Amino acid sequence: MSKKEELKVVGDSVEKYDGLALATGQPLFTDDINLPDMIHAKLLTSPFPHAEIIDIDTTEAEKLPGVKIVLTYKNTPRIPHTTAGQGYPEPSPYDAFIFDRKVRFVGDRVAAVGAETPEIAEEALKLIKVKYKNLPSVFDPEEAMKEGAPVIHDEDESTGIYNKERNIVSHVEIEIGDVDKAIKNADFKIEGYYTKTQYAQHVPMETHVTITYLDENNRLVIRSATQVPFHVRRIISQILGISINNIRVVKPRIGGGFGTKQEIVLEDICALMTLRTKRPVRMEYTRREEFVSARTRHPSKIYIRLGADSSGILTGIDMKVVLNTGAYGTHGPTVLFNVGSKSLPIYNKAKNVRFVGDAVYTNLPIAGAYRGYGATQAYFALETAIDELSEKMGIDPVEFRKRNHIKEGETSPIFEKLGEGREGIPQIIESCALDKCIEIGKKEIEWDRWRNKKVKKGSYIRGVGMAILMQGSGIPLIDMASCEIRMNDDGSFQLFAGATDIGTGSDTVLAQIAAEELKTDYRNFFVYSSDTDFTPFDTGAYASSTTYISGGAVLKAAKDLKTKIINYAAKLLKEDPDNLYIMDSTVISKKSGKSITYKEIGLKSYYEEKQEHLIGVGSHVSPKSPPPFAAHFVLVDVDTETGKIIPVKYVAVIDAGVVIHPKLARGQAMGAIVNGLGYALTEELKFTRTGSSTNPTFFDYKIFTSLDLPEIVVKFVPTYEPTGPFGAKSVAEVNINGALPSISNAVYDAVGIRLKEAPFTPERVFKLLKERV
Amino acid sequence: MKIKFKLNGEYVEFDAYPGESLFELLRRNGHTEVKGNNCKTGECGACTVLLDGVPVPSCTILAGRVKDRSVITIKGIGDMEKPHPLQKSFVEEGAVQCGYCIPGIILSMKALLDENPDPTREDIKKALSGHLCRCTGYVQQIEAVEKAIKLLKEEENV
Repeated sequence: MSKKEELKVVGDSVEKYDGLALATGQPLFTDDINLPDMIHAKLLTSPFPHAEIIDIDTTEAEKLPGVKIVLTYKNTPRIPHTTAGQGYPEPSPYDAFIFDRKVRFVGDRVAAVGAETPEIAEEALKLIKVKYKNLPSVFDPEEAMKEGAPVIHDEDESTGIYNKERNIVSHVEIEIGDVDKAIKNADFKIEGYYTKTQYAQHVPMETHVTITYLDENNRLVIRSATQVPFHVRRIISQILGISINNIRVVKPRIGGGFGTKQEIVLEDICALMTLRTKRPVRMEYTRREEFVSARTRHPSKIYIRLGADSSGILTGIDMKVVLNTGAYGTHGPTVLFNVGSKSLPIYNKAKNVRFVGDAVYTNLPIAGAYRGYGATQAYFALETAIDELSEKMGIDPVEFRKRNHIKEGETSPIFEKLGEGREGIPQIIESCALDKCIEIGKKEIEWDRWRNKKVKKGSYIRGVGMAILMQGSGIPLIDMASCEIRMNDDGSFQLFAGATDIGTGSDTVLAQIAAEELKTDYRNFFVYSSDTDFTPFDTGAYASSTTYISGGAVLKAAKDLKTKIINYAAKLLKEDPDNLYIMDSTVISKKSGKSITYKEIGLKSYYEEKQEHLIGVGSHVSPKSPPPFAAHFVLVDVDTETGKIIPVKYVAVIDAGVVIHPKLARGQAMGAIVNGLGYALTEELKFTRTGSSTNPTFFDYKIFTSLDLPEIVVKFVPTYEPTGPFGAKSVAEVNINGALPSISNAVYDAVGIRLKEAPFTPERVFKLLKERV
Repeated sequence: MKIKFKLNGEYVEFDAYPGESLFELLRRNGHTEVKGNNCKTGECGACTVLLDGVPVPSCTILAGRVKDRSVITIKGIGDMEKPHPLQKSFVEEGAVQCGYCIPGIILSMKALLDENPDPTREDIKKALSGHLCRCTGYVQQIEAVEKAIKLLKEEENV
């Protein structure tokens, strides 16, 4: 059902605005400025997983020449808050403090030093004397939920925690129909099945970095690598007690986010130091600090039961999840709900569905937002269990999915039952090309050539597997974006958007939307985004919202401006606005043929006739979150002698609605796929028995390089999403979810072992291969 | 300690601190075109420069070691007015997302093409393998290098 429009800019891979500036090394990033008198800040972190700080003595550190300020729990406000950059009121618990009397994981904040140089700050950290009283710790979330387990957040001030005594941040329990009965009566069933995922990290190439300073009016300026400038401003206001109008948050170019920058991480410390010293303060995580103290993906254990009738239709899905949210509950409730809400609707034929889950504290690093946001963990469990069920029924897994997946015009009760840490909003799917995605992917991977063939080459056996996926596009009725477009006196435009381009290219995509609506060249726009002093509000770059929600705001602003331009031109041309239309940066009368260019309009409107600054504004929320869909297929070779899995070819066929910028969209998919491959095969943060990270470097935490790549094929199946700007949906997250289940399924096809625990290291595979015999 | 070396074709003299890395020295002197965070182990490759034509992570090089040698940063091969074909093709092929790793990558690719104007896809992958990029999945970067090879040949034939 694609609505055809004649589009000129949308659908064209125009040059990314900041591309050349980035490729030539311009000073675009947070740390690329050097302010006079800058103080360098360093963090002292906890060596213990769970301890009370009996006392901190900073006297010697403060005496060290060059040390300007030392912050600890003793001299900082203790306001419970969440570091999660979410809409207010945040679903995440208020369980964090700038500094606390207690440390809850190895890497937790203890103190911060600001000094003339980073070296002096580092030196001063060694002079801080901390007296700890060790407390019993717990690292396994299922242990942490038991009675008598150490209580990690026993402080009274924290709020929004579901059950403090049991370390449960959030609990969810929903049921549609009667799941137990449905599975009991099912002709085919899967029971006693579970999957486990590991601690993994985002590792943007730019670590967290913040520079703060006071402007000429003594207002606080926060220049930060953040995905959520407006949330940073609100949270800093909340915990430091400064009014919002006295805080400016600037987002320069960002060196990647993937969720880890949907948080305040360093901003509060820098801001406080600047307010106290009146000097600029800079703080940047080293890679090691990033690994140890920043954010991670929630490790999960997901139990799943499935039932199907003899015709191959799912009758029941029972999903139970335990998420490890680490020492603080940031994003815990929402990731938990998204495990269900982003996965279960895809199999809407099942009339009986139950989702039960807990997000649980442990004395391990903080889990937060990470591309995929719970769906990644969910699809591993769901799509491997579906594979197992199809096998049991003797139905080809591709065929099974085609019978059961959601289709255009359909809905799922899950949309209404599960939202963001609370109930959701019902929606009907208005665009879905999953059928086509599956067909195209199946052909591209040559499914029938490889499936069940177990082709051998030396010690390698080849297998093929697949998975279907969906995500969302923004958070319905919560995510809000806004935009203002001003016409310049030469007929070009300034586009101000709150939207946060973190490297995705969204500034370019937003300009394309505006250019399409205003029938002009996208190069006629200067895009300025994410500066809380100048751009209108936007919730930020997360939840796959920018193209869909922020793009919606841009479209509204462009429409508003278009009306104003036409009305203004009508006065000049002495015509009825209804007779006017725009084309090629010109307003034309279809009645008289008279016309006036944007250039003429710009100059006249500023200085000459019926003066008026032509400004279009728009803000946008959506009652829907239309899912992008994808079918992923992978061909793998499994080395039966070593257990090594080699991905040979990876195919992703995606329905992201109308694709606004094909090359950038393909890049989003490629990046997500390769990140997903690393998560499936190599990436894992490991810890000692006392919770210390054992591999906080890129040498030991292995992400994919160019040498690890399979052949990757990305294809888009265009659909038209009626609620999206020019028919667009999101594309950023959905493609990270496919590697885990499709590889696991391919390995099963090759060698008959079911990988249920990630990552799929050679050791793990080899062990299962041996057990199989 | 004063260190004199050739930076992007011109002699410069900078004061280096004891133990300072080339990365720190360059950035402290305004050369913020070199990205990275000074891990001093060359983990990610972002801070790569060409030292006598050879790509090296500048965080792993002691500043004193570049005395009298040639250092090329991304600014030494092209700028916004006159970009190098690699810079152009990276932008055109969607190989630049956040862009943080790009200056280092382009320099390594420049070194590759200087040595071997006709690399295979495998050669490109190998030359790229010292660089981590989390945004792009490398594929469009490899395609961009292949496009730049064509552009360079066209330039030669003009």
